[in-house]
Amino acid sequence: MNDGLAIDVEGVTKRFGGRTVVNNLAMRVRRGEIYGFLGPNGSGKTTFLRMLCGLLRPDAGRGSCLGYDIRSQSAEIKQRVGYMTQRFSFYEDLSLEENLDFVARLYAMPDRRQAVARSLESLGLVGRRRQLAGQLSGGWKQRLALAACLIHQPDLLLLDEPTAGVDPKARRDFWEEIHRLAAQGLTFLITTHYMDEAERCHSLGYIAYGNLLARGTVEEVIQGAGLTTWEVSGGGLWELAESLRGLPGIEQVVAFGSTLHVSGRDAARLQSSLEPWRKGPFRWRAVDSSLEDVFISLMDAARDNFQQG
Amino acid sequence: MKRFAFSPARFWAVVIKEFIQMRRDRVTFGMMVGIPMLQLVLFGFAINMNPKNLPTAVLAADQGVFSRTLVWAMRNSGYFAVTRVVSSEEEIRSLLRLGQVQFVVHIPEDFSRRLLRGEQPALLLEADATDPSATSYALSALSSLVANAFDRDLKGPLRRLQAGPAPVELRIHRHYNPEIVTQYNVVSGLLGVVLTMTMVIITALAITRERERGTMENLLSTPVRPGEVMIGKLIPYILVGYVQAGLILLAAWALFRVPMLGSVPLLLGVMLAFIGANLAMGITFSTLAHNQLQAVQMAFFYFLPNILLSGFMFPFRGMPDWAQVIGEILPLTHFLRIVRGILLKGNGLAEILPELWPILLFIGVMLSLGIKRYRRTLD
Ligand SMILES: Nc1ncnc2c1ncn2[C@@H]1O[C@H](COP(=O)(O)OP(=O)(O)O)[C@@H](O)[C@H]1O
Ligand SMILES: [Mg+2]
Repeated sequence: MNDGLAIDVEGVTKRFGGRTVVNNLAMRVRRGEIYGFLGPNGSGKTTFLRMLCGLLRPDAGRGSCLGYDIRSQSAEIKQRVGYMTQRFSFYEDLSLEENLDFVARLYAMPDRRQAVARSLESLGLVGRRRQLAGQLSGGWKQRLALAACLIHQPDLLLLDEPTAGVDPKARRDFWEEIHRLAAQGLTFLITTHYMDEAERCHSLGYIAYGNLLARGTVEEVIQGAGLTTWEVSGGGLWELAESLRGLPGIEQVVAFGSTLHVSGRDAARLQSSLEPWRKGPFRWRAVDSSLEDVFISLMDAARDNFQQG
Repeated sequence: MKRFAFSPARFWAVVIKEFIQMRRDRVTFGMMVGIPMLQLVLFGFAINMNPKNLPTAVLAADQGVFSRTLVWAMRNSGYFAVTRVVSSEEEIRSLLRLGQVQFVVHIPEDFSRRLLRGEQPALLLEADATDPSATSYALSALSSLVANAFDRDLKGPLRRLQAGPAPVELRIHRHYNPEIVTQYNVVSGLLGVVLTMTMVIITALAITRERERGTMENLLSTPVRPGEVMIGKLIPYILVGYVQAGLILLAAWALFRVPMLGSVPLLLGVMLAFIGANLAMGITFSTLAHNQLQAVQMAFFYFLPNILLSGFMFPFRGMPDWAQVIGEILPLTHFLRIVRGILLKGNGLAEILPELWPILLFIGVMLSLGIKRYRRTLD
């Protein structure tokens, strides 16, 4: 059905009081895919997710979500989509079980009790089911939110920064769960700021100031940026960084632990600018650009464009 | 040790921060100015403990000169506005029950003739004493008025009548609350006041809380429709309203011995409309308020005119026209008349209908406003 695409939209635009927050955005997500949606704060990720699940009406754009028209069939879409909001949005004065039961009722689940029990079970929440949601720690709240999004057995999950403020172990468990569910055929659109999470996605999209700047697999995104990166180590790196910034061809100088990453898209100019420091006390090594190098470069470029335009 | 002393710099930091926050919260800032102004205007200009120009009907079986003098003197006193001239007993009963007049003056047949003969004809004044404070000044004014009203007409040989005992015998019938028990009026009014206060605040908070805690977004991403959320939220509060009403009625009956002449089921039925009006108001506030504090402030802002202009605390007819117009808009004004009408006057459905439709109109206007605002806040 529908070429196996869970999300297929184009030209999606949203303005708030004259300010374009999502600009002419196109996105295709295959069924069963984990799609990572990245971009700086305020770039329009949440707004885009809200438009997909019918919380906001796009000002322009067309397309389908799970085969339903995003403009006219938001009721059908809501039935088949689970949306996990950026901010915890369940009732803190209700217990886990009561929260899940409420959600199950909203979706008019025929076998509600079993659905709640199943969802408590599968996410390991049984022991805490009578605990008030407000007393849970960040990791458990996030599990509850995921359980609640899954309870009506949706085909598509929209997760908005699901792992913000969650410890590394809980994050890893969470991603294991995501991959297990994706293997069963669920589609995920996940926003995140973590690079390790981005690398766990099948596909990525990078948005800044409402514009989708890059998309593809991790490799494709890195290749597409055409960034050359040198790693420097040695003493006096801070002074070196200060001198390098702003030289022709040097687009970013970023500290990575005890090393420095110096990158630019024009490999030749980068090389000639670095020449004076090649001897000195520093050790130089050409490295593959990381996803983070690429995203920072994309963001800087977007900001320059944005400020000029 | 010095570190633990009171630091003016730190204290000043808090002062500055509070001022900045105060300035940012426009609604709260507005309320801080608005509430005192409202109180000033309402207490200063609208409240009048000495109501004048009370609507009065005259049933005159005598058309003599003394009848005319009497009516003229009553008008002139400022307390009585003769708005009706009636001819039948039924008309009088209906005017009083509907609350369209406060007083009815009966001028008996032969009034002028018997007065001339010095027979002290009886002058009957019927008063709607549901709210004793509304009538007390007018009644005492009338007593002194009849003693001297006829002096100018009693000239020449009739002068002797001036000197003797009062030319007429004034009889006053206080209807609906003959023993002048203030509690009857206050307790029955309290029913409306308590419902207004709790219903508006609770509903104003209910939806604002969902928005403030972020749970609204989650709710809206599910198939649930705005109408389902609204009605679903209201039902529990309607029940709460009925529990409150039940308690007050029980206390009115058991503790204060308030008479219940009319049908209590009818009262409970009509109450649904009144509760609905308050919930509609609360929902509208909740769509306007950005946080729970603002919602409470708005509810309080609404509560003030309700208490002061509805006829609960001060006689409605004592207020200037503009205040009466505002009062007529408020559902509480009409509900108070309904409650007092049913409990104290024994009114039935037909007699309360004129007070019912303004409440229904209020619900319609507020609900359409609230739903319109609610829809807009989705985007
Ligand atoms: N309801 C709204 N009204 C006005 N502006 C909004 C609204 N929602 C979001 N914005 C603005 O749109 C921009 C994008 O926000 P958002 O989609 O939340 O970004 P992200 O999720 O990528 O951080 C931000 O600048 C934000 O202030
Ligand atoms: Mg966001």
